[in-house]
Amino acid sequence: MNDTIDILRTNLGKALTDTAYMVAVSTVIGVVLGTLVALLLYVTRNRLFLPNRTLNAVVGVIVNAIRSLPFLILMVVLIPVVQLLIGDPYTPTGGAISLSIAAVPFFARVAESAFSEVDSGLLEAAVSTGATMRQIIVGAVFPQALPSFIRGVVLTIISLIGYSAMVGTIGAGGIGDMAIQYGYNRYETGVLVAIVVILIVLVQLIQWAGDALTRRVTH
Amino acid sequence: MAIIELKDVSVTFHEGDRTIEAVRQVDLSVSKGEIFGIVGFSGAGKSTLVRTINLLERPTSGQVLLDGHDITQAKGSALRDVRKRIGFIFQSFNLIGNVSVGRNIEFALKAGNCPKREWSARVAQLLALVGLESKADSYPSSLSGGQQQRVSIARALANNPEILLCDEATSALDLETTGEILGLLQRINRELGITIVFITHQLDVAKQIFDHVAVMEEGHIVEQGETFDIFGAPQHPTTRALVERYLGVAVPPQLVPSLPDGTIVELRYKGEDALEPLISAVARRYDVAINVLHANVEYFGAQAIGVLLVLVSGPDDALRAALETLRSRVFGFRELDRESIGQVDAGDSASLSASENDKEGKSRA
Repeated sequence: MNDTIDILRTNLGKALTDTAYMVAVSTVIGVVLGTLVALLLYVTRNRLFLPNRTLNAVVGVIVNAIRSLPFLILMVVLIPVVQLLIGDPYTPTGGAISLSIAAVPFFARVAESAFSEVDSGLLEAAVSTGATMRQIIVGAVFPQALPSFIRGVVLTIISLIGYSAMVGTIGAGGIGDMAIQYGYNRYETGVLVAIVVILIVLVQLIQWAGDALTRRVTH
Repeated sequence: MAIIELKDVSVTFHEGDRTIEAVRQVDLSVSKGEIFGIVGFSGAGKSTLVRTINLLERPTSGQVLLDGHDITQAKGSALRDVRKRIGFIFQSFNLIGNVSVGRNIEFALKAGNCPKREWSARVAQLLALVGLESKADSYPSSLSGGQQQRVSIARALANNPEILLCDEATSALDLETTGEILGLLQRINRELGITIVFITHQLDVAKQIFDHVAVMEEGHIVEQGETFDIFGAPQHPTTRALVERYLGVAVPPQLVPSLPDGTIVELRYKGEDALEPLISAVARRYDVAINVLHANVEYFGAQAIGVLLVLVSGPDDALRAALETLRSRVFGFRELDRESIGQVDAGDSASLSASENDKEGKSRA
């Protein structure tokens, strides 16, 4: 019992910070770049914007290709790439890069579907005002897609917390790393239990915050 | 002078292997300042046609002229400039649900490059015009259908357009609200001099506000002219079907076998002509019996059209002479086939449903 508390006291803070760092970086990159990719897919598919079947298909295939790899495999495939980029892949930053590369196509599909839910009649009305594509996307598509978009961000954060445990196991640190090292390899069930509880509470809080925010932007 | 001209406009969609000719070789001319209506049954291509005017739908062939200028190939900022001159309102209002009424209107103001400092004054002015002064901060979902349509009218007028296109704009509204919206559109037409093109399957709307009307069927314009003339003396079967359905000059089928021998005639007359004296005079003069089976009077604008279904019976010679006299004295005369009299002559059995946009929407998708 004392061992468990000691382990938690010395390691939990750093593990949580590492996880938070990896999830935060990859969420931001995933949401920003994913949204851009989603917009590209959206406007090239919509006849009112810039229909371009070829470009849409090419981007779609790339997105699907990355998404078809299970994260475990993608992570391993990316080790040499990350090494090339930052030298040591077995660090939280290395983990964050792998997570970001998985997050971009994931969020791209989530955001694309949020945009696609926007009613086509509303788009016709917006186009009819003589607005530019940019004005329509910022002023009409985003506000209408925002609830789905926020739900998508929540989904992405929660998925990334899960994936971050996986990069932890190969040495990138964080809460997953700690669970494996102490809970699994050293039979410290107490540590495992503590981490499980922390994860459940964390995910609940994120979900609640997301739901509350979604309600605020839905009218 | 024609503000809108469509020349030989066709729109064809490809849906997999199927080719859908939604609009076929349409020629149309709308005069500045009028309310021009396009009517037809569901799926006739009206929604597609009206969308070619602001190029939401680009014609597959033919030309769209605005004030004599060919805009058919307009792109980029030229196209956006064209659209700023044309407001558009829809059956389903199409407001941005997650932003306030005021911001919905600001969206259009921004598109029209209206300076930001003028926005709030302009929003207030537009909302006052449509009778919703206090609603700038409300969200669309808290408004009734009629109020939402008023907001969409305000948005459509934000950039001072010359033309307002209305796609089944009252079809989702109840009768009373429809009347209010039509009144508002009429006021906009008269006071602001905005030309209105209004498509609908509701003849009630047509007769209340249209100056000119075109009747559409399977992508073609089958008849067009002044509203009163078209509905008073419809020539094409589709127009007749629309009008008859509306005026309701049909005899219940079960009644037909019990009718005495004779010829059934449909008489149309202008409201100011009194038919009573004519009928009794003809009956007396030729010694024939004239029974009125059905009568209806409808007002188209200020003018009325009467439709009378009569059964004329008597000896052959007298009957013929009586019919000739009647024919020469009324505005519309048509002998009806006893077999078909029980049913409305609908050409096809397309129902007058409000789901037209949905159908056409799918075929466009």
